[in-house]
Amino acid sequence: MNPIPAYDFALAAPELWLLGATCLILLVDLLLSDRQRHFTYLLSLVTLVLTAVLVAGLPDGRRLAFNGMFVVDGVARLLKLVATGTVAVVFVYSRDYLVQRGLFRGEYFVLMLFATLGIFVMTSAGSLLTLYMGIELLALSQYALVAFDRDSPVAAESAMKYFVLGAIASGTLLYGISIIYGVTGTFDLGALATRLDAGAASQIGLLFGLAFLLAGIAFKFGAVPFHMWIPDVYHGAPTSVTLFLGAAPKLAYFALALRVLAEGLGSVVSAWQGMLVVLAVLSMAVGNVVAVAQTNLKRMLAYSTISNVGFILLGILAGTPGGYRAALFYTITYVLMALGSFAMIVLLSRKGFEADQIEDFRGLAQRHPWFAWMMLFLMVSTAGVPPFVGFFAKLYVIQAVLDVGLTWLAVAAVLFSVIGAFYYLRVVKVMFFDAPAGDVAVSAGPALRILLSLNALAVLALGIFNSSLVETIAKALP
Amino acid sequence: MHFPLLSLLTWLPILGGIVAMLIGDTRPSLARWFSLVVAALALGASVPLYLGFDGSSAALQFVERAPWIPSLHSDYYLGVDGIALPLILLTTFSTVLVVIAGWTVIERRPSQYFAAFLIMEGLMIGVFSAADALLFYVFWEAMLIPMFLIIGVWGGARRIYATIKFFLYTFLGSVLMLVALVYLYLRTGDYSLAAFYRAPLTMTEQVLIFLAFFAAFAVKVPMVPVHTWLPDAHVEAPTGGSVILAAIMLKMGGYGFLRFSLPITPDASRALDGLVIGLSLIAVVYIGLVALVQQDMKKLIAYSSIAHMGFVTLGCFVGYEIVVATGGIAGATLGLSGAMVQMISHGLVSGALFLCVGVLYDRLHTREIGAYGGVVNTMPIFGAFMVLFAMANAGLPGTSGFVGEFLVILASFKASFWYAFLAALTLILGAAYTLWLVKRVVFGAVANDGVASLKDLNGREFLVLGVLAIAVLALGLYPKTLTDVMEPTLRHLVQQMMTSKL
Repeated sequence: MNPIPAYDFALAAPELWLLGATCLILLVDLLLSDRQRHFTYLLSLVTLVLTAVLVAGLPDGRRLAFNGMFVVDGVARLLKLVATGTVAVVFVYSRDYLVQRGLFRGEYFVLMLFATLGIFVMTSAGSLLTLYMGIELLALSQYALVAFDRDSPVAAESAMKYFVLGAIASGTLLYGISIIYGVTGTFDLGALATRLDAGAASQIGLLFGLAFLLAGIAFKFGAVPFHMWIPDVYHGAPTSVTLFLGAAPKLAYFALALRVLAEGLGSVVSAWQGMLVVLAVLSMAVGNVVAVAQTNLKRMLAYSTISNVGFILLGILAGTPGGYRAALFYTITYVLMALGSFAMIVLLSRKGFEADQIEDFRGLAQRHPWFAWMMLFLMVSTAGVPPFVGFFAKLYVIQAVLDVGLTWLAVAAVLFSVIGAFYYLRVVKVMFFDAPAGDVAVSAGPALRILLSLNALAVLALGIFNSSLVETIAKALP
Repeated sequence: MHFPLLSLLTWLPILGGIVAMLIGDTRPSLARWFSLVVAALALGASVPLYLGFDGSSAALQFVERAPWIPSLHSDYYLGVDGIALPLILLTTFSTVLVVIAGWTVIERRPSQYFAAFLIMEGLMIGVFSAADALLFYVFWEAMLIPMFLIIGVWGGARRIYATIKFFLYTFLGSVLMLVALVYLYLRTGDYSLAAFYRAPLTMTEQVLIFLAFFAAFAVKVPMVPVHTWLPDAHVEAPTGGSVILAAIMLKMGGYGFLRFSLPITPDASRALDGLVIGLSLIAVVYIGLVALVQQDMKKLIAYSSIAHMGFVTLGCFVGYEIVVATGGIAGATLGLSGAMVQMISHGLVSGALFLCVGVLYDRLHTREIGAYGGVVNTMPIFGAFMVLFAMANAGLPGTSGFVGEFLVILASFKASFWYAFLAALTLILGAAYTLWLVKRVVFGAVANDGVASLKDLNGREFLVLGVLAIAVLALGLYPKTLTDVMEPTLRHLVQQMMTSKL
């Protein structure tokens, strides 16, 4: 073992800062009374801003640290920036919601910051062990967050379910990692890539390990048939937590798939492509079809997540740089859309009332035309209708799949997206065509209103002018 | 660098629509006047487009090109030729009429109503002027959103069923076209239509691409058996929505065949022309019979639209059969001009008929044919207009309806007697269902108290129908203004569709 040079710590500066600051917030929060809790909120936001500054200051190019355990490259930098932004937006979105429900406690912010740290570690993983550490840090924070509303039996049940299934998935993943280690003798992703050649794709031991590894990844993503937890957890968790669950971790899971499949096992594409095809088709089919039957918006969006994961997998399974870029584009834009959609529920909810039924949006166009239009942008974009960004995300993914000759898969994908269009349209229908029921009040503060409007408008603007995002991604993932 | 007229025509209505929406329903008359001014400006801007167009050239004109998504080699690339120009003029013309026609009739959320039509107008002009396939697709799909809202918010009793059916049907067809476009892009490395025209393709590729295009365009036209969304959408849409649907959105299908199917997949079009011609003739004959038995005026006109659009698709594809029958391509241009004239004419006539139904509906709030009778006794001016448009719909010489049908039947004759025979049945069927409609609604004794209480056209309605009547007659008596503009483009298209890509 070589001694660790100080430079390595500089590369990990954002993570170290995030860790230190989060521990500090945990301590400071103990000394605050409930009335001073806003201080924790502000500190958390400042922490994230400074983290983003540190990430932006990281050196260009691909750098290895800690004997190759830790990687800083374009993807890591981009994903970290997006994740920081996402979590900051989640904080702003959830503040009023938490205050109204008596959930405005320091642990909420601390847990999310720890989850962010987990995302950071995953995006920078240079070895399967680093990756696993990141996954566990993220997962444990999420289990606790789901149960955050401790008086709610539904939340507790969801958390329990999530924890048990998540533990099994982690075990599966770890088992896969250990078998891969047994076959190749290394945890290091770079070394893995050099030790495996195309012939290894038929090696039974490797395939065995790969199957477990993929099952673990599919569980984290929520791809069918490992999706059972998603609707229950999204539904059971407080909406402000669902906001987070539906958005930021997707970035980390993309990094997980990218690091393991593209970097570590990139030479044996043929071994995992077929498995991913099955996962992707099943996810798009089950996600879209079952979403049609939902009456609860959170559950509907959960199934929509499942189908969108299918699309992300399409990009990854192409196994080409263009495919990975398409999947990254899809992931980032999906995070943007999911964030906005769940935030609409937060916006319409108020003390003692959760606007999580689709029916709760009835007649929104007459009461609050502006937000009805914003929700329309988000829904139509997620359905993949141009000129919104969701269309371009699907376009890039379909292009990647066609590029490797999987025409039937592209056709299947677009047909499933037609089924998907139906349930997004139903939300539009409820908002625009139905008469308002009861009073649809918006009690949220200006921060949420403005940020949510910007979020929805970004979906339109990024659609019409998407070349800047495309170029950023091309630079990050050459 | 010339003045970006096409960009102006596309974006002025879209931005105007957004402003109209922001004006809001608290000031409805401001929103109305503002929308009318925007629509009129767009119509005004389309005049220099017509005057400045060089009718002797088949090339794209008023070209604007700027990089849009460089990584995809997709450009913001606009241009018009002899096919697109008449359709753009039809769009700007119809939108003004629709705004005027909806002036006082729309009471719920008027500003959003006018905004939706203005945004539609911009998007439709975008579709007709896009010379980049991705840009085309973006406009093509974006159009669905305002139409979805127009039918859903201001439609009739079953509007929600109709609008969702409309959206999903057209979306389903379009996504398959998207796959074909992406495939073509991967083959050529460029999204411009010119690159697609040059791309050599094997027969299998062409057939699959043709079928994907066919799925998109046949739904839009609509052709049998994927026409079932149209009667629902037409019946439930508000009058303005029906007018725009019939006058312009259906033309997108025909435009797609001319712009995409024929030049990009000529060999597949030749091989599969029997499919299109067969379905077109079924539309003409069978749907003509279906129209005959309708009890609802709007439904009758909707079915009549399907039958008339059958002529358009017949005219597009009959050229291949002419080559088989005569060995020369002389008649193919005839078929294409017939299809184009039919599209424009149908846009005017069916739009006018929907407006006539709208006039009656606004008074008695029913579209049932049985609820009327003897309308001419109380509304003589209206009766005159209705009879004129009905005659045009039946293809009476001197009206625009005659020119298109005549040209297509003439072209069909060159291909086969039986095609012409079946197509010409429309002269009987069309006359039967429209004249019977007129007989039952307009003529006869005053049927009930409702009809007795009817008031004749007001100035606004008279203006709208009068302008349309002039257009219908002008096009019928002197179609040369229209055919001259498109002649070179169509001749060029015949060259493209007859040149094998194998």
